[in-house]
Amino acid sequence: MNSPGNMAGSGHSQVNRLDTGGRIDRARPITFKFNGKAYPAFSGDTLASALLANGISLVSRSFKYHRPRGIMGAGGEEPNAIMQIGTGATTQPNLRATQVELFDGLAAKTTKGWPHVNFDVAALNDLFSRLFGAGFYYKTFMFPRHSGDTYEKFIRHAAGFGTAPEHPDPDHYEHCNAHCDVLIAGAGPAGLMAALAAGRTGARVIIADEQSEFGGSLLAATDLIDGKPGTEWVGDVIAELDSMPDVIRLPRSTVFGYFDHNFLGVLERRTDHLGEHIHGEARQREWRVRARQVILAQGAIERPLVFSNNDRPGIMLASAVSTFVNRYAVCPGKRAVVFTNNDRAYQTALDLHSAGAKVVIIDSRQEGAAALADRAHAASIPVMTGSFITNVRGGRRVHAVDVVHRDGNADSRIAKQLTMECDLVAVSGGWSPAVHLHSQSGGRNTWDDERLCFVPGKSVQEAVSAGSCNGTWPLDECLAEGAEAGRVAASQCGFDIASVTLPATESIEYNAIEALWRVPARKDPDRCPKQFIDYQIDTTIADVRLAIREGYRNVEHVKRYTAMGFGTDQGKLGNINGMAAIAECLGKTIPEVGTTTFRPAYTPVTFGACAGEGIGDLYEPVRKTAIHVWHANAGSPMEIVGQWHRPWYFPQDGENLHAAVARECLATRNSVGVMDASTLGKIDVQGPDAVTFLERIYTHNVGKLKIGRCTYGIMLGEDGMIMDDGVMARIGERRFYLTTTTGGAAHVLGWLELWLQTEWPELKVHLTSLTDRYSTIAVAGPHSRKVIANLGCDVDLDKDSFPFMTVRPATLAGLPVQLFRVSFSGELAFEINIDSNYALQMWQAVMAAGEEFDITP
Amino acid sequence: MLLIRCPYCGARDESEFSCGGESGISRPLNPDALSDEQWADYLFMRKNPRGAHQELWNHAQGCRRWFNVERDTVTYKIAATRPIGLKG
Amino acid sequence: MKYSAFSLLRNAFSYNRKWQPAWRDPEPKKKYDVIIVGGGGHGLATAYYLAKEHGVQNIAVLEKGYIGGGNTGRNTTIVRSNYLWTEAALLYEKSMQLWEGLSQDLNYNVMYSQRGVYNLGHNLQDMREIERRVSANILNGIDAEIVGPDEIKANIPAINMSRNSRYPILGASLQRRGGIARHDAVAWGFARAADAQGVDIIQQCEVTGLKQSNGSITGVKTTRGDIMSDKVGVVVAGNASVLAAMADIRLPIESHPLQAFVSEPLKPVLDTVVMSGAVHGYISQSDKGDLVIGAGIDAYTGYGQRGSFMTIEHAMQAIIELFPRFSRVRMLRQWGGIVDICPDACPIIGKMPVTGLYFNCGWGTGGFKATPGSGWVFAHTIAHDHPHELNAPFDLARFSTGALIDEHGAAAVAH
Repeated sequence: MNSPGNMAGSGHSQVNRLDTGGRIDRARPITFKFNGKAYPAFSGDTLASALLANGISLVSRSFKYHRPRGIMGAGGEEPNAIMQIGTGATTQPNLRATQVELFDGLAAKTTKGWPHVNFDVAALNDLFSRLFGAGFYYKTFMFPRHSGDTYEKFIRHAAGFGTAPEHPDPDHYEHCNAHCDVLIAGAGPAGLMAALAAGRTGARVIIADEQSEFGGSLLAATDLIDGKPGTEWVGDVIAELDSMPDVIRLPRSTVFGYFDHNFLGVLERRTDHLGEHIHGEARQREWRVRARQVILAQGAIERPLVFSNNDRPGIMLASAVSTFVNRYAVCPGKRAVVFTNNDRAYQTALDLHSAGAKVVIIDSRQEGAAALADRAHAASIPVMTGSFITNVRGGRRVHAVDVVHRDGNADSRIAKQLTMECDLVAVSGGWSPAVHLHSQSGGRNTWDDERLCFVPGKSVQEAVSAGSCNGTWPLDECLAEGAEAGRVAASQCGFDIASVTLPATESIEYNAIEALWRVPARKDPDRCPKQFIDYQIDTTIADVRLAIREGYRNVEHVKRYTAMGFGTDQGKLGNINGMAAIAECLGKTIPEVGTTTFRPAYTPVTFGACAGEGIGDLYEPVRKTAIHVWHANAGSPMEIVGQWHRPWYFPQDGENLHAAVARECLATRNSVGVMDASTLGKIDVQGPDAVTFLERIYTHNVGKLKIGRCTYGIMLGEDGMIMDDGVMARIGERRFYLTTTTGGAAHVLGWLELWLQTEWPELKVHLTSLTDRYSTIAVAGPHSRKVIANLGCDVDLDKDSFPFMTVRPATLAGLPVQLFRVSFSGELAFEINIDSNYALQMWQAVMAAGEEFDITP
Repeated sequence: MLLIRCPYCGARDESEFSCGGESGISRPLNPDALSDEQWADYLFMRKNPRGAHQELWNHAQGCRRWFNVERDTVTYKIAATRPIGLKG
Repeated sequence: MKYSAFSLLRNAFSYNRKWQPAWRDPEPKKKYDVIIVGGGGHGLATAYYLAKEHGVQNIAVLEKGYIGGGNTGRNTTIVRSNYLWTEAALLYEKSMQLWEGLSQDLNYNVMYSQRGVYNLGHNLQDMREIERRVSANILNGIDAEIVGPDEIKANIPAINMSRNSRYPILGASLQRRGGIARHDAVAWGFARAADAQGVDIIQQCEVTGLKQSNGSITGVKTTRGDIMSDKVGVVVAGNASVLAAMADIRLPIESHPLQAFVSEPLKPVLDTVVMSGAVHGYISQSDKGDLVIGAGIDAYTGYGQRGSFMTIEHAMQAIIELFPRFSRVRMLRQWGGIVDICPDACPIIGKMPVTGLYFNCGWGTGGFKATPGSGWVFAHTIAHDHPHELNAPFDLARFSTGALIDEHGAAAVAH
């Protein structure tokens, strides 16, 4: 038999550590810090298991009443143990201790409790809690009118859990787009069987699981599969999956969102388990998966029962207790009470018994459990059937529970009571399938009266639920459902079905679960000690009753008024009990009350991971002109115009903006200026119907425009407002060259295409964007003609042969250009349009040619 | 991220497309003959249905072609995509 | 029962068992003087002001789901009035003035927190627009000022003021009276105050048809039977086109998804509201500690109350551009509303071609801040069968006359 507390070597202070078993690596002891103090642990621990191993049961204070709180769960449903991990720029707020894999040197801090989690002055709130019932803040802090600011400071002081880092994130994140035939969310027994069945057909499979290891419930179970421990079977399956070239296996990866058209988001945590910051590695990766078929095998979440003071440290979910005992070799208590309304928690009693704890089972059902009751009996575990825990004694740690035996129906007044000393209460109110992704995909859920839970209804996308997230509890049935789901999904994708043999497991007989949510108390629900529904938010049965009394009757109203489900666990733990409380209060059934909406993310997702690479320099593309490098070398600041960076002004000798602009304008007025106008949009319009088309688009009579002439064109929207403007040049009989504003270029092209393709498809016109293909150099000022002439122009430049608003193909400095005589400035001006590959060369030639006139950019 | 089947290029992510709104709105042949109300109806008024919707999309980051999409505005399911001018 | 610290104390002694319902749950009557379709903030406000300001006795608010369940409960709760054009600015300013006394007026704390709203400028164009808008606001008597980088940094320490960022921050407009409010409380506060005035708030009652006779409205068909009234005011953001179609009226509206998300609750790190049109994001921190962040609208129309995840990703990138230190913060929850977008990004508030039928719709992305003002002018319009001068410019006819009020810039969301 295991015995806690007598480990040799480094584990001397790990008072709750078992000396054998579990999936921790005793050969790799590590140290972590909690609120500044160092503690020993082992590689393979989570922060939660390490805290419990070290006998730390008080890990937080609740949001409103600042009540002491302990670890309640073992996974993403944990409401209490919300920690600040790390320091400085790599600190991470609000992680659940149950999901933090320990590395050597990890530093964790509690996020609630001032000055200390063990002594919190605001715990006074608990004494005056009747003042702070649901929605109390709507009823006060109103007078006098401008005192709201002061109240707000007080309220905000109490806000939040962790602290955002004070420095930019040194880590980077990445996106990965993936397509697959079958995406499997969850690698427990059902998910693994599905992966085998689908993978063997040759289908492209991605299987993701939020935990560090595949196996799901099997990691903490004692069941045998094919005659060997479940974890060995898991190892065999993993080995086979890893041998399949088209299977991608993603541990530490949470499918957090199920969006339209079978698009799913998966958050892969790549380095968080290695250290605060791993240089050079992407910390997290957001997989953006488009799946042909989806198999949801995320398992189920155990729910607590609601009784007075059911939030005291030392009260945990039964499944979490089993997980800590079996997977992490931590026995969180020495004298345990298991309180249940179903058979499965009996296994927790057996696990605790094996770990050396003294255990009593309190079962609300008169008939108790089936096969597992025999095992409990064989292990000499006392079982009290037809009994409840009604209240809990102890503040910072449970030290006893009040137990009553019930006579007849559940609502009768409670008579007999005994007090049972204990330091651990393992509680199970049954299980709720994790229908979150199914719901996000648009599927509804239906209430199952036998299993007492919402199960996924019909899928509306290409998806199926398998295993306990489908409300299927027995292991053998989960395996079978997973295999079937994998087979069907692969065949839907056109793959031939491969043979899969179901592994042999023991089939256990269970008695039915009892519909028990709120345990009757000695006083009525408004007067009895608090019965918590949502631990993190401090929503109690009395709050729900108050909300309903005040007219907030819809489940969404109750949720919003009491804030139930608004915590970082998003009501995973408590919402179902809240719905039951509403149902009880309104005299309705739970399905009549209905659920609140499930929204992404399933568990929280890092902003950085959602943003991926698209931040900083890659936030949005920077468009630079072909001449950019010259401008930069000349010291021009860049003006940001949409995506473009264009030269703003060219300061000389410490000039400011206004001085430089004035000087540049004067130069253009008196001599010659030059400007890189390449950011203007340019569109080539060709075709026999080009004239007809442009006449419908512009306000001009385009047909009259002679070849080689330009006009200033105005483009109107259908509402008659000016949409864009620019120069239109007729290059040939059937060919035009349009310029647009810098910002309007893409929009104008789209607008032209829209008309051409949808309204007038009979017009033979072709549009090509030349914005990047050609660069534009505007030369303006009285000396501009001389500058152009200096470049060795092969066309006559005098005003009669090359008049205003004309365009000529020309050769300048030996390079072919379209030369425009247009002006933005009112001065004599030319615009050189040139292949962008030669634009810089031309610019330099212009600068040289203009030197004698002191040409000014 | 919708998955949209461009009639010319095949199925692509929504991020490659731009949406042009309701389709099948013909430009009046002689706007001058219309009252302001009739013109406003053409210009601004939209069916905006809850359910099946005929709309225009442009494969802006691809072939740049506009095409018709029949999409449900509640389920977002796309029943069909087809080139301009083809009836479904 | 009046809400106050005293009433909280008194009720604490009776275990909070003597609190009265905030509103009744009445059966619909056969006939009302006015029916308001839509139990969101705007509809409830309309009913409240109809009763309080215009003495209308017999009013019903019909809500297909639960009150405040539409966009009222799905927005980022920002309140401001710094619109460009006089028509819009005066309307939103009326609303702002009502916000400033709303908790006292309703005896329900809507937690209007005037923590200031910054609209960032990232380039010269933005700064010119900001100057223009601030000047326009000042001309209209609305508080507005331009603040420079130093003041921005001092008041928003978490923001990235680096000149080398992709969209450096050159300055901002600031409306100090702007801020945020508690969205649910607005619906509930108006509902409670309207109920106290005798308004019947009828939930789970979906309007399935509009009854007319000789070009006049006579009532509505509902899932709970026909209800008669000579005046029907429709305030159903996200479903205006659907209701209008019941009266064969076409509206210049397209309904788009608008998404938002919140982070996990953090210790106070952002004391004001920050909006940026250039990077398409806006952010504030709730009293509970969540960062509340809004994204741009999705390109397609949709009634699904959800949009595409890439829109969220873009908003996330924008927020990290502005606040690089939020990169490690985590998104808790993401959702969508349905916004009715008008071509000029302004609402339609007024009479319809059917006598006795009034619509208040098309608020686009900016409806929450307008809640009290919208209800106030709509109540006037219904009571007098004639618009108040504040909402007269916002009639349906402007789409025929061309008198549009282009507020795309002030809407500050990428369209």
